[in-house]
Amino acid sequence: MDMRLAPHAIAMSAQEFLAWSRDLMEQLMQASGGKKAVDKITAPIWSWALRNANYPLHFGIACCALEMAAASGSRFDAERLGMIFRSSPRQTDVLLINGWVTAKLRPDLRRLYEQMAEPHWVVAMGECAISGGPWYDSYNTVQGVDTFIPVDVYIPGCPPRPEAMIDGFMKLHKKINKEMKGTFLED
Amino acid sequence: MAQREGLGPGGKTGEVIAQALIEQFPEYIKIKKATHNRVYAMVDKTAWLKVATYMKDKFEFDHVTAVSGVDWLEEKKMWVVSHITSYSNQVTAEIIVELPRDKPEIDSVSNLWGGANWHERETYDMFGIIFLGHPRMERILTPEGTDYFPYRKDFVGGRRV
Repeated sequence: MDMRLAPHAIAMSAQEFLAWSRDLMEQLMQASGGKKAVDKITAPIWSWALRNANYPLHFGIACCALEMAAASGSRFDAERLGMIFRSSPRQTDVLLINGWVTAKLRPDLRRLYEQMAEPHWVVAMGECAISGGPWYDSYNTVQGVDTFIPVDVYIPGCPPRPEAMIDGFMKLHKKINKEMKGTFLED
Repeated sequence: MAQREGLGPGGKTGEVIAQALIEQFPEYIKIKKATHNRVYAMVDKTAWLKVATYMKDKFEFDHVTAVSGVDWLEEKKMWVVSHITSYSNQVTAEIIVELPRDKPEIDSVSNLWGGANWHERETYDMFGIIFLGHPRMERILTPEGTDYFPYRKDFVGGRRV
């Protein structure tokens, strides 16, 4: 073989080779239609798994946290819908923000959001998290969490009842179902 | 009506404590009112730490319930209001210390009562009153670098974040 025709084959580092081979694999799969075929099988399964085990972060800020607690209690039993509250951001999929966010809390909340593994979603619960609510135009309350992190579902109410919170998570289920995240060969 | 006994096991009423305070610090203290479980007093700021130490040692005032501030814009002065409670005598003392508004500095009592630590930081945060000798005189509720004191009367409200 004449090596002058493929100079990159000998000039590549290990990492470059891995990236190159991954691109080749993806392009091959896409060109041949193999990706579509695999997607059709895996995407619904992964989407089903994601939406039936979306663990929210157990992070209560204000009075909406009481509704969150009521929703996880035996009367409403959010656990039957896959909402198991975990205390570490590494183990969770949903950042449930329930309450006003002060300027002092903002960097820490942003950090919690960054610490959660992909894919992850954000639910803003209650008026304060949506727009500042009673603390509109306040000197120390952030006017809505969507000013610094992207929000998927808004649950209005002051505070919303546990049914409303569960309904919000059902909306999130629909969104996850539509997004079909976690498909084959995709970041 | 006969003189009431003290409520707690210490047995001292608010009247007794007020009398002792005024005998100990005659030129620095002004009793506004004293009942069997309450003492209302105004203390000069130069003697505040001595009065607090005396109250703690002599009458077992163990607990700081609250430290807060009042801003008197037109009179150009500020108050620091401390509520201090004695468990053994079951007496709560409301001590007011008056400060000039252009230089609001007062001795900290957080070395006497650890519970005053966060109260004093919050008073600094909201009113800008500086507590001298406090172990950590920093912002507590607002982030570092905030350049306003929201509970002052000349504070103009509005969105800042």
